[in-house]
Amino acid sequence: MLNHLKILWHQGKQFIPDVRSVEVPGIFRGRPIISKVTVDGAALAAICPTKAIGLSPVSIDFGRCTFCGECSLKFPEKIQFTKDYRIASNVRERLIVKEGEEGRISFDEEEIRKEIKSLFGRSLKLRQVSAGGDNSCELELNAANNVQFDMSRFGIDFVASPRHADGVVITGPITKNMAKALEICYEAIPEPKIVVLVGTDAISGGIFEDSDQLDRSFLKNHKVDLYIPGNPAHPLTIINGLLDLTGR
Amino acid sequence: MDYISLYNNEKVCRKDIPTLDYLNFLELNTGLLSGQPQRHCVNFFGFEEGEKVILICCIADDLTHKILVSSTVVVKKTEYPSLTAVNHNFENFEREIHESLTIEYSDHPWLKPYRKIEDYPFLKPGSEELHEVGVGPIHAGIIEPGHFRFICNGEQIMHLEISLGYQHRGVEDLMRHKDGILEKATLAEGIAGDTVVGHTSAFSNLWESLCGFERKPYLDFTRTLAMELERVAVHTGDLSALCGDIGYQLGSAVYGRLRTPIVNFMQEWCGNRLSKGLIRPAKVNYPFTDKLAERLREALNAYEADFNEMSSKLASLPSALSRFEKTGVVTLDVMSEIGAVGMAARASGLKRDIRESHPFNLYGKTINHEPLLKRHGDVYSRVQIRREEIRQTLAYIREMLDNIPDFEKPSDIQVCPEADSFVISLTEGWRGEISHCALTDKDGKLVKYKIKDPSLHNWMALAQAVRNNEISDFPVCNKSFNLSYCGHDL
Repeated sequence: MLNHLKILWHQGKQFIPDVRSVEVPGIFRGRPIISKVTVDGAALAAICPTKAIGLSPVSIDFGRCTFCGECSLKFPEKIQFTKDYRIASNVRERLIVKEGEEGRISFDEEEIRKEIKSLFGRSLKLRQVSAGGDNSCELELNAANNVQFDMSRFGIDFVASPRHADGVVITGPITKNMAKALEICYEAIPEPKIVVLVGTDAISGGIFEDSDQLDRSFLKNHKVDLYIPGNPAHPLTIINGLLDLTGR
Repeated sequence: MDYISLYNNEKVCRKDIPTLDYLNFLELNTGLLSGQPQRHCVNFFGFEEGEKVILICCIADDLTHKILVSSTVVVKKTEYPSLTAVNHNFENFEREIHESLTIEYSDHPWLKPYRKIEDYPFLKPGSEELHEVGVGPIHAGIIEPGHFRFICNGEQIMHLEISLGYQHRGVEDLMRHKDGILEKATLAEGIAGDTVVGHTSAFSNLWESLCGFERKPYLDFTRTLAMELERVAVHTGDLSALCGDIGYQLGSAVYGRLRTPIVNFMQEWCGNRLSKGLIRPAKVNYPFTDKLAERLREALNAYEADFNEMSSKLASLPSALSRFEKTGVVTLDVMSEIGAVGMAARASGLKRDIRESHPFNLYGKTINHEPLLKRHGDVYSRVQIRREEIRQTLAYIREMLDNIPDFEKPSDIQVCPEADSFVISLTEGWRGEISHCALTDKDGKLVKYKIKDPSLHNWMALAQAVRNNEISDFPVCNKSFNLSYCGHDL
C-alpha cells in the first residue's frame, strides 16, 4: 500500500490542464500556411504522395495530406506547417487551406445539428470502428484517454457497445470486408447519432484511395458530422475537434 | 545445389534462383526444416507470370546467417501435395497461395479462408454440453477488427478459431502500382501503424539494395535508433494494457503515461509521434542532432527511474502474478511447430531474433545483440521479456548516442531498381521478424512485392495459448501477444 502511494507520488502531476492551448513539443506539422510566393506549381504538386496539393490557387487539402512534410522541405518559402493542432472541422471543404490564408480552421455553426449541443454537450459516448485502419489512429484515440490527455474529464468516452453510444468514430479507409460490419454497427446506435472520421485514411482514403479493396459507400449514405485530420490524428486534435463540435 | 543462399538484403539475379519441379521443391524445403530447429520459413509466396504461377520459398538459417531461396512453377486450378502436410510452418503461406492464385492442395490439413470473410463453416462443438462464443469483427475497445470463435465448456476455452481479412486494403498490389518512391514509403508506413519503423526500414533497406545504393552510416543509425525507440514505446504501452486487462489501475496508468515521453521524443525528432515521415530510402529528412541526443538522454533517465520502480512493484504483486503466471502457456515445441517468431517465440525459449541471426543496419556492426529468452511461455514470460528487452534496448540506445554519425543534407538521389533482380529484406520490429521481398522484371519494374508481418505466424500461437484457459483470461492472453490485424491482412 505504502509502495503504491510512493509510486503515485513519484508520477507528479501528469494531466495537461489546458488542452485547448497547450503547446506541443518539438516540431509538429499542424495547419499549413501557404505564402503567395510564385513557385513551379507542377513540381510542387508532383511531390505529394496523396495528391493533396491543388493549383491555382495553390492549396493543401489536409483531408488528403499525410503530413509527411516533404513539400515544405522542398519549397520552404511556399509552404510552412504551423504547430496549430486545432484543425478539425464539420465541413469537408474547410479542410482545404489556400495560399494567403492564415486563419484558424473553423466550424460552420449553422451546419451543426441543434441536438448535438443540447444532448451531447456534457456527455458524449462513442463507439469506435476501425475499418482498415493501420492501428496508428487507434493508438492515438487510446492515448486521448490516458492520464495526460484525459479526455473523459469532458464526459467523452468510448463504449463497448453501439447500443450505449451516441455516435461512431471511424478510422481507416473503409475496406470492402468491413463495409457491412460498419453499417450494422451504425444502425445499432440509437438516434440521434453522430459520425466522426479520424485520420487521413478515413477522410479521403489517403494513400489507399486507388485500391480496389475499398468500399466507401457508407460515407455517401450517411452525413459526416466531424472530420479530424492527421496521419495519425494527434490526441489534442481529436479532443479539440470533439469539444468544438459539442459546443464547449 | 537446389537453392541459392543469400544474406539479408543481398541482391541476386532472378535467374540465379534455381527452379525445381514441384515435388523436388516440396522435398527440398520440407527437408531443410526437418530436424533443424535453427531454420524456419520467412516467406513463401506466388505470383502469376503469363499462364503460369511461380512459387518462391525463403528459408532462414539462423546459424549460417543465410536465407535459402528456391522456386518452382505450378499451374492454376491444379492440385498439388502441400508442404503443410509435412511441416506446419507453411500453413498460412499455402492458404494464401490457394486463395489468391487458385492453386489446389490435395492434403493441406486446413484450407480455411485467408482473407475472405464470406460464410465460413467454423468448427462446430458437436456436443450439447459445449457452447460457442463469437466475438467481432468489431471489438469492445479501440482496436482493429477480426473475428474470434470460441468453443467453450462452461468458462473453459476448448478451442479458438481466428478469422481475419477485414483489414485487407491491397497494400501489396498498391506497392506495385504506385511509381513514386515517396508513395511507396508512405504505403510501407501504413502496413502496420504500430510498427512504422520496422516496416519502413525493411522497405528502405530492400529498396536501396535493389537499386544498388550504398547505404551511408547515418541511414543505418537513424533506422536502428528509431527501431529501438519504437520497441521501448510499444512494449511500455503493452505493459500498460496488460495491467489494464487484469484490473491493475496503477500499473496501467503509470506505464501508459511512460509511453508518452518516448513517442513525444519521436515527434521532437521528426514531427510525428509514431515516426511517420522519418524513414525514407536513401535519405533522412530530419537529422539527429547533438541537441536531440541530449534531450533523449534526459528523457530516458527520467523514464528509467519510474519504469524500474513500477516494474519491481509489478513483479512482486501477488494479485498481478496470479493472473499472469501459468496463463496462456505455449510450449517451445508448439512454437517451433508453427514457426512462431519474435518476442512471443523468445518468451517460450525459441531463440529467433533477426538482430542476431540475420543482422541489418547497425546490428552485427556496433550492436552485438544477444537475444533474451524466457522458458515458461506464459503471459508472465511475455511480460518479463518486454520488461527486460526495454532495459536491454535502453543500453543500446545510450551506446548509440555516444557515436552519432554525420548527417548529410537530404537530397533526392535518383535510384532505380535494377532489372531481373530479387532481394529479401528482414528486420526485427518490436513484435518480431518482418520480411519484405521484391522481384523486378526486365525493365526494372516490380513484378511482385511481398510483405510478411510477424503476426502471420503468431496468430496461431494465440489460438494455442488460450486452450484450457478461462474465457475471462482471453483479453490478457491476446494483449500479451498484441498481434497486428492489418499487418496480416495487408
